[in-house]
This record gives sequence, C-alpha cells and structure tokens, in this order.
Amino acid sequence: MAKPSEFRIQVDQALGKTEVRAHFRKAMDTLMTNRRNQFPDNAELQRLRDQAQVIRANALSKLPELLEQLESNLTRNGIHVHWAETTDEANDIVLKIMQKHNATWMIKGKSMVSEEMGLNHFLESKGIEALESDLGEFIIQLDGETPSHIIMPAIHKSKEQIAQLFNEKFPDIPYTEDVDTLTRTARDILREKFYNAPVGLSGVNFAVAETGTLCLVENEGNGRMSTTIPPVHIAVTGIEKVVEKLSDIPPLLSILPRSATGQPITTYFNMISSPRKKGEKDGPEEVHLVLLDNGRSRIYSDPELLATLRCIRCGACINHCPVYVRIGGHSYGTVYPGPIGTILEPQKSGLKVHGELVQASSLCGACGEVCPVRIPIPSIINRLRYEGVRQDGGSALDAGSKRKPLEAITWKAWSWAASHPSVYNLGSTVATQVRNLVPHNLGAWTSVRTAPAVADKTLHQQLKALGVDHE
Amino acid sequence: MSQVTRQKPDTVYFFGTCLIDLMFPQAGVSAVQLLQRAGIKVIYPPAQTCCGQPAWNSGYRDEARKVARAQIALFTKPIPIIIPSGSCAGMMKTHYPELFSGEADEAQALDVASRVYELTEFLVDVLNISLTDLGAPIEIAVHTSCSARREMGVADKIEQLLGQLQNVKVLEQAYKPECCGFGGTFAVKQPEISAAMVADKTMHLRNTGATQVISQDCGCLMNIGGAFDYQAKHENKKPLNTQHIAEFLWERTHG
Amino acid sequence: MSEARTHIFQRLRAVPRPEVDTTGRDYVPIYDWDRAERIKRFTERMQAVRAEVHHSDRDSWLNLLADLCKAKGLTNLLVSPHTEWGQAIYQQVGEFPTLQDYDRAIEAWKHEMFYNIDASLTSTVGGIAETGSLILWPTEQEPRIMSLVPPVHFAILDTQHLYTTFAEAMQEQDWLNQGMPTNALLISGPSKSADIAQVLAYGVHGPKELVVILI
Repeated sequence: MAKPSEFRIQVDQALGKTEVRAHFRKAMDTLMTNRRNQFPDNAELQRLRDQAQVIRANALSKLPELLEQLESNLTRNGIHVHWAETTDEANDIVLKIMQKHNATWMIKGKSMVSEEMGLNHFLESKGIEALESDLGEFIIQLDGETPSHIIMPAIHKSKEQIAQLFNEKFPDIPYTEDVDTLTRTARDILREKFYNAPVGLSGVNFAVAETGTLCLVENEGNGRMSTTIPPVHIAVTGIEKVVEKLSDIPPLLSILPRSATGQPITTYFNMISSPRKKGEKDGPEEVHLVLLDNGRSRIYSDPELLATLRCIRCGACINHCPVYVRIGGHSYGTVYPGPIGTILEPQKSGLKVHGELVQASSLCGACGEVCPVRIPIPSIINRLRYEGVRQDGGSALDAGSKRKPLEAITWKAWSWAASHPSVYNLGSTVATQVRNLVPHNLGAWTSVRTAPAVADKTLHQQLKALGVDHE
Repeated sequence: MSQVTRQKPDTVYFFGTCLIDLMFPQAGVSAVQLLQRAGIKVIYPPAQTCCGQPAWNSGYRDEARKVARAQIALFTKPIPIIIPSGSCAGMMKTHYPELFSGEADEAQALDVASRVYELTEFLVDVLNISLTDLGAPIEIAVHTSCSARREMGVADKIEQLLGQLQNVKVLEQAYKPECCGFGGTFAVKQPEISAAMVADKTMHLRNTGATQVISQDCGCLMNIGGAFDYQAKHENKKPLNTQHIAEFLWERTHG
Repeated sequence: MSEARTHIFQRLRAVPRPEVDTTGRDYVPIYDWDRAERIKRFTERMQAVRAEVHHSDRDSWLNLLADLCKAKGLTNLLVSPHTEWGQAIYQQVGEFPTLQDYDRAIEAWKHEMFYNIDASLTSTVGGIAETGSLILWPTEQEPRIMSLVPPVHFAILDTQHLYTTFAEAMQEQDWLNQGMPTNALLISGPSKSADIAQVLAYGVHGPKELVVILI
C-alpha cells in the first residue's frame, strides 16, 4: 500500500470527529434550508442564474478592457490602483503603503484574497499586526486558525468552544456562553481598535468598471468601519472581480446573499467610489486598490476553465457539498475549501500541490445545481482529472503530473478490451466463471461493504438465451 | 441528425451497461421484458460493452473515446436507445458530445446522444406505460442516482412508475437527494469519505422502516446494497434488499 | 506602468475571447406592487431583521420622533440642521434630547462620536421594498459614519421614493448620470452576525437599533 497522502490523513482525522461532523451537518442544513426558502419560484431562480451568469461571462469576455476602464475611473476618482502578479508582490505593495504611513498595525474587514496572500503572516514577519474584525475571523484569529468556510469562517466552532476561547484570551471578562454577551465583548474590544487603527484593509465583492466603484457586501458593519474610519483604506481583490456596468450590480446583489446564507440581502451594501473629498467630514483620505492575478490569467487562457473565474464567492457549492459537510473546511488544506476550492486551488497552485482534491468528488452535481453563476463545477473537476493525466501539454498548471504508469496501463488495457467485444465477452465470461478473482482486489471497498458478486450468467448470455434480436 | 419524436416507436435499441451485464443481469432482462410487453421490438447489439464512463471520469479521455467509438458504431439506426441507468445514459447523452467535439465522428456521436433515453424516462414519457400491481403490500424507499436526478433530470419518473403500484408504499428518507457516495472511482480513490457517505445513506434508508430500496442505477445499488450486506454480516443489523427499478416493476406486474 | 500590470495584460490579451450573448442581462420587472404593497413589503422585511418601522406623515412625525427619543432615554441626538427634517427638529429644540450637529471633520471630535453619541438621525434618498433596504448617499451635512457609529440610527424615508427593487431605484434615480458619490449605501436592518454557532446577534459593529420612520 502506498503511504496515504496528507489530504487523506487530514480527511481521516476529520471523519473521526463525530461532534464536529454533527455540528457541520446542522450548520449546512440550516444554510441549505435558508437558501431554498429564498427561491420559492424555481423559474425565477433559473432566470436570475441566467442573468448572473451572463453578467459575469460578459465581464470576463472583456476583462482587459474592463480592467483598464476600472483603473482609469478609479484613478480619476482619486483611488490608487496597484497590480500584483503574485501574492508576494501584493504583500509587498501593502507593506510599502504601511511603511509610507509609519503604520505598525492595521484593522481588517473580511477578505479571502488577503487569506490567499497569507497577508497576516507576512505582515507579522515584518513586525506589523493585522487584526481581523469580522466576528468569525476575529474568533479564529484568536485561536490561531484559518477560515473553514469562505463566508462563515468560524463555522467549525461551537458556542462552548468560543466561550472557552474568549475566557482564555480575555480572563478579565466573566465566562459566558451567551452569544449576545460574547458579541458585545468583541464589539467593545474592536470599537477601540477601529478608533485607533491607522490603516483599514478590506476585500471587494464587485468592482464596477463603468463608474470606478468598489462594492462590499456584509452584515456586521466591520467592513464599513474598516473602509471608513482609518485614514487609509487598502482594498485587495482578484482581477476577475470586475463587472462592466453599474446596472450589473443589482442582479448580482440579488442572488449573492440569497445563495450564500439565505438572506434576501445583507445588512450593508457599501459602494465606495473615492476617498474623502474636500469638505467631506469623514472617510479615508487615501484609498488603494490592489489587483491580484495569482494564476487567474492562466485560468483565463482556457475557454473551459475560464468559467472558474465567474465565481462570486457565495459559498453555496460548499454548503451543498456532501464531501465538505463530512470533512469540513480545514481538511482541504487550502484557502478556498469545498467544490470551488476543488477547482480553483489546483489551478492556482498547480496539480502537483492540490491535484488530489479533484479526486475528492463523487461528481454528484449538487454544487453545479446551486451555483448562482452556473459554473459547471463537475465538468471542470472532470476536466482537471484529464489535465492531471494527459500527455500532450494541456492548459492547467502541472498538467500531466498526476499520471501514474500502472494506472495508465490499466486504462489502456481496459479500453482495448472494451473496444474489442470478443475479448471483452471472453473477459467477462472468464470473470463470471472465476468469480472469486474480481472482489479480492477491492481493499478499501470491502471495509464497509461486501464485495460485489459477479452474476452466474451475464446479460449478454441471458438475452442470447432469450432470443432477443441482435440487429 | 435524426430527431427522436415522443411517439411510441416500433423498435428500440437496448444498451445494457457493463455493470448490469456482469453484476445485475436480471435488471437488464427485466427492462427488456418490460419493453417487449409494451409491444416494442428490442434490439440488443451483442458487441456492446461499456459506455466509457469509468475512463472518462478518471481523466483518461483517449481511452474513453476508443470505447465510446466502438459503441457508437453499433447504434446506427434512427431509433431510440434505452439505457437502464441514469449514469450511463448521462454519459452518452451529455458527455459524448464533449468527448467527440472536433473529432471526425462528432456527428455520429451527437446523433447517438440525441437518441438516448434513461429507462424510466422512456417508460413514462414515451410509452406512457400503465402498470397493474400484482404484488403483496410492501414499504420501500427510493434512491435516485445523482446522474438521473441532476444530469438527466428524470428523478420524478421512477416515482411516477412506483406511484402506479397500488400495494407499494414509498417512504421518504432524510437527505433524499444526497449522493450515496459511490461516484465510480471515487469510492476507491477516496474510500474514507465514500464510506462515511454510504454509512449515512444506509442509516437514513434504514430509518424509514422500508424493507427494500429501489433505484434506477446499479452503481448506487452496488454501493448501498454492499453496505447493507456488510452491516447485516458484521454489525448485526437487519438485512435490507436492494433492487433495480426494472426488476422490481417486472416482478410485481407480470402474470 | 508596473511590470506586473504589463505582464497581466499581455496574458489576458494573448488569448482569443468568446463573444458572449448578453440576452437576459437587463433588468426585468417581476413585481407589480403599488405604493401600499411596497410599504407593506418594506415593513415586513425590515421587521424580520428586527428594525423598528413607524408609519407616520408630515404632520405627526416630529412628535413621534420626540416620543421615541424619550422612550429610548436618549440624552443626545446627532442630526444635521441643514436637511428638511433637521430644520424641523431644530425648531423644536425643547422637545428633543441635546441636538448635535456633525459640523466638523471627524478628527476634531472622534472620541465624542465614538463614546458619547447615543443616536443619530439621517435622511435617505430612497428605499427598496423587495429587500427592505434604505438607500443613503452620505453628504457633507450627513457624513458616512452617522449611520454606522452611534448605537441607534433613526432614518426617515419619504415613501414617494420607495421603489420596488434596487434595479428600479438605480434606474429611476439615474445613478449613472448623476455620478456615483464617495459612498453609496444600502442599509437593511441593524448590524448583525451569525458567526457564533449560527446564532443571530444584533449590534456587532454598527448600530444595535435601526428605527425607520416612513412618511
């Protein structure tokens, strides 16, 4: 037996944690029910999905032009635009802005791109603290963890665990499991931080090329705080987040929160088009946007894989995934977990690093069924399996790197037999006659199932005996 | 490209699938009998083997195409192709067009794809079959395969067929639309996750109190049935039968 | 121009890009709600996320507001004297808690804003019935954090500007040609989070209470 991979080990550990699994199941059930309740009319849901897909696909088809337009409008509005090919470059850009302002720390709104950059660790290594202010992110940062879900980062933690964590980190505050009290504690601590923060950092949900507007979706108000109170605001986002028109925003906003958490809308939808103007009394004096590539332009080069970039990061695919609900977000060992991570991470970091993820799917199609922008996730998983074993180059990073000689020979032999009926029928006849040959090799299968039994007579033999026509 | 009408044809092709050929031939025989009883002549090209899906889902596209090509050559007449499996039907209907895109025989592949029907879909939508239940009262649960449900969109057909059987009561399991964890090579490549999925699936099916589980896909049945058998042998749980819809229908309706 | 920018654009431009059929992209009105229906929907949605909604009119809103301030035990109210609503409030100073104008840049009174202001009142440029949302375009008189930092936020919405959907509001108000402000906001309830074990908690970073007065 080959040594189990890191992924398999993490999966195994996760599957063993019965309580955590029950917790995930309950959480995902709630999210699925909430989403379903938001779309009582299936025809309207499908129309909205079509609309959202067209908007995102259109934006991608004009991506370079729209990025130029976005840059020029943002610049005209007084927002500084920076470009980063890699996460290292993006981190450096943020660091330079911090240094320019002699800032020793920053407050952060929720941003998955900053997770992708590993920004917190990077800044820490430069002696700069990055404090998370989204309640979920704040909690996991206290515990030294990473998000286990892209929209509910602390979903793996129970109320009791959070209560214990707060008690450990803030011993002056009495132990409580009351969610309102825990929330108030975080509010009080972070209010003071917002008050003093020299720099605020946020992500971006949509960037409107036509007007040079950055849109943020959130419930707590930490996103507004991070982008309004500190004198400097840095937004980080992927180059794919741009849309063409202002009128593209309402349909996307209509489908995003409903797909994500099953809310009709989030508490705040925050559209930022410039830094503080003369005469205005608040808001940052300086706003920066860092546009990160990090493999996106490679994904862009393949007409099928391109669909990956339509993603609006709602997390519906994660909420509906029968694999995610059982292994949780951390098992993936990636920034983005679940089906979207399964297609995005191997493309970003290469099949060598995360190629195994594309095997961790039963291709059940639940993800593709709920995706608000109709990304054919199962097809892309299938495509990446092909990329992993193909021998003729390919588009994905590390294409061909997952090809194993024994497996390749087996499929070759199979295809030869199955395309030569006389051989195939001989083979299956042999199999039915020497039935014990088949099941023994099934190791993993038989740990929870009996071996499948080969029938006495094949269908071929039986239909022949029944005289069913051959042509 | 030939257009298949929803009119009842005189003759159809039957594609039995490799899994049924080897492991569940009775399901194939029953499907043929159901079609014949409805007055349809059934042609079973004996050179058929496999739709190519195992290789396709493993990324071995050239190998899948080679096998698929051998099937395409067998189903040339402009008549429907009936497949007693949502997953193999889905392979031929939705993935052959991708697999043969840009190939010299793309037109033939598209033609085959356009004539594919999953068995229950054909029985309901084309034959409008009417069934008389001759069996004893029974409580069953239905597991619809993910490919029948999401790829073929025919999840309601099996329910409609079972709904015609007077003495059959279909009990509803929790998490009904969720995957059973088979997923072809997934069950072998990620056995731990697959095991967790089938453990949950069998638990929910057991909890209904049904004595039998029916599906339109033998892949799921091999997975679910194998787990039921294991649980009966090693975990002291009640044995539970699994059966393909064709076999179940035939057994309950033939005189 | 940075090297990164050049490289990114080179890669994006190197590939052929498919034309996208944009049929179905534009806004399709799906509801036919009259004003009464819009008010009903707006109210239901707002109340579902624990916002207070009061139906009032031009004659009685001032008394209503004064009563609400008393009932909530507010000691001060941040409100601009330069808006239609603010003018009316400042004419009845005696009926209200201490009125405070946001008349300086935040830096000059940040501490007071963060720790001493009980409540604020702002106008709105419109509302959205479908989602129960207020539209705010903060101005020099009513800056951005008025609707964010104080624990209680009163918002007045003239129901003439209550639209059915966001798309309709954007279109009717012609946002594109007006030009986007520094900050435009949709506010749909008080600040909330379900990040702790999916239990809904209100007042995380923004206001704990949102009070909407419909005129």
